[in-house]
Amino acid sequence: MKMIEIKNVSKNFGPLKVLDGINLQVDRGEIISIIGPSGAGKSTLLRSVIQLESVDEGEVVIEGLKILSRKNREDDGIIKKNTVSDGLAKMGMVFQAFNLFPHMTVFENIMVAQTLVKNRSKSEAREKAKAILRKVGLTDKENSYPSQISGGQKQRVAIARALAMDPDIMLFDEPTSALDPELIGEVLGVIKALAAEHMTMMIVTHEMNFAREISDRVIFMEDGKIVEDGHPDKIFVNPEHPRIKIFLDKILS
Amino acid sequence: MDKLLSITLYILKGSGITLGLYAATAVFSLPLGLMFALGKISKNKILSSAVGIYTWVFRGTPLLLQLFFTYYGLPVFGVRWSGPFIPAALTFIVNYAAYLTEIFRAGIQSIDKGQYEAAKVLGMNYSQTMRKIIIPQTIKRILPPLGNEAITLVKDTALVSVIALAEILRNAKEIVTREFIITPFFIAAAIYLVFTSVIVLTFNRMEKKYSYYE
Repeated sequence: MKMIEIKNVSKNFGPLKVLDGINLQVDRGEIISIIGPSGAGKSTLLRSVIQLESVDEGEVVIEGLKILSRKNREDDGIIKKNTVSDGLAKMGMVFQAFNLFPHMTVFENIMVAQTLVKNRSKSEAREKAKAILRKVGLTDKENSYPSQISGGQKQRVAIARALAMDPDIMLFDEPTSALDPELIGEVLGVIKALAAEHMTMMIVTHEMNFAREISDRVIFMEDGKIVEDGHPDKIFVNPEHPRIKIFLDKILS
Repeated sequence: MDKLLSITLYILKGSGITLGLYAATAVFSLPLGLMFALGKISKNKILSSAVGIYTWVFRGTPLLLQLFFTYYGLPVFGVRWSGPFIPAALTFIVNYAAYLTEIFRAGIQSIDKGQYEAAKVLGMNYSQTMRKIIIPQTIKRILPPLGNEAITLVKDTALVSVIALAEILRNAKEIVTREFIITPFFIAAAIYLVFTSVIVLTFNRMEKKYSYYE
């Protein structure tokens, strides 16, 4: 069974095609990096999968659960609410801007959805939070507020918060773009550790070396379309599409 | 000196009404304002425009006029008041809830979109997101305008003296008229200042309490 199936997904802003007939499938344990120029629709694609954006047509299936199906703009694609929430619950997401809850401590950030959404007992949630904080190396920060820790630490908390919900799939939307250069490594390190555990991941990133190193497949997007989808060595060394070479030359120079 | 004391005590007797009106307004208009604010930002057009009309009318006309309307106007339509306190309190609650609606609305809408998105991808529903994530952050942000309203309310309570409620100002004025002295006005002013100072201090303390983050 595929973990993610994106079928013919399109989204328009007026005449502008933000997503133009996207087809993409992700296997269990696969790590996909999405690269491309800004405005290509990379983030929109990721956000559409987890329904932070609406799409005009297409289908999204998560582990066999059809969470979106629209034939056209008028079709409201009604699907059972439970199916949608079950499908969405299989995914965790990490944002460029962290989006931690500023009025809660690091620990509370990781606790809140566990007790509220997963109905875990306080002690169960606490155990989980402790284990995950250990994993991202932030045990000593559990009582800090987000404003008291560095950007890299914030993003590690955000990853921990998502992991506490036991997702099968993690979506990363430019997880290091808001970070000072010296803090990028610690966040990429946590993502690499997840890769080693075969977490299924979709990562929108501008970190080309990281994408090349970690990904099973790299997807190059431009103008709302997937231009090329292939092994990282192929995309980075010998891309079929000349646009990719121009893009990589620009970004790596 | 004895006389000054007896004047002060007489005026202070009025503070019962003032405090009662203050408490009633605060206790009921806060939750109402929050509820109406959620109505105003809801996607339901009918609900949001109904709240829009409500705040437009109650923020756009004098509180004194609303007070007259409730006390003298509604009986024309068959409403019977047993005394002036209930209509006064009702008017204040509805009037203040209108201002609080706008304060809560602005506060809720000032919270970053990313907070809703983070809550959504964690699987929280609308009411969980509001209760645990949005409203706690809103309260911190709206404390300063809320403090303003709280101070204004102290002074607005003096308006009910015109419908014969024996609050601080009315009792003071009564002595002024009877004895041809103006000392009662100073005493009333001092009592109001004590009230507003307590409010200011309380809000300062609350702002400090909420400064634990950011």
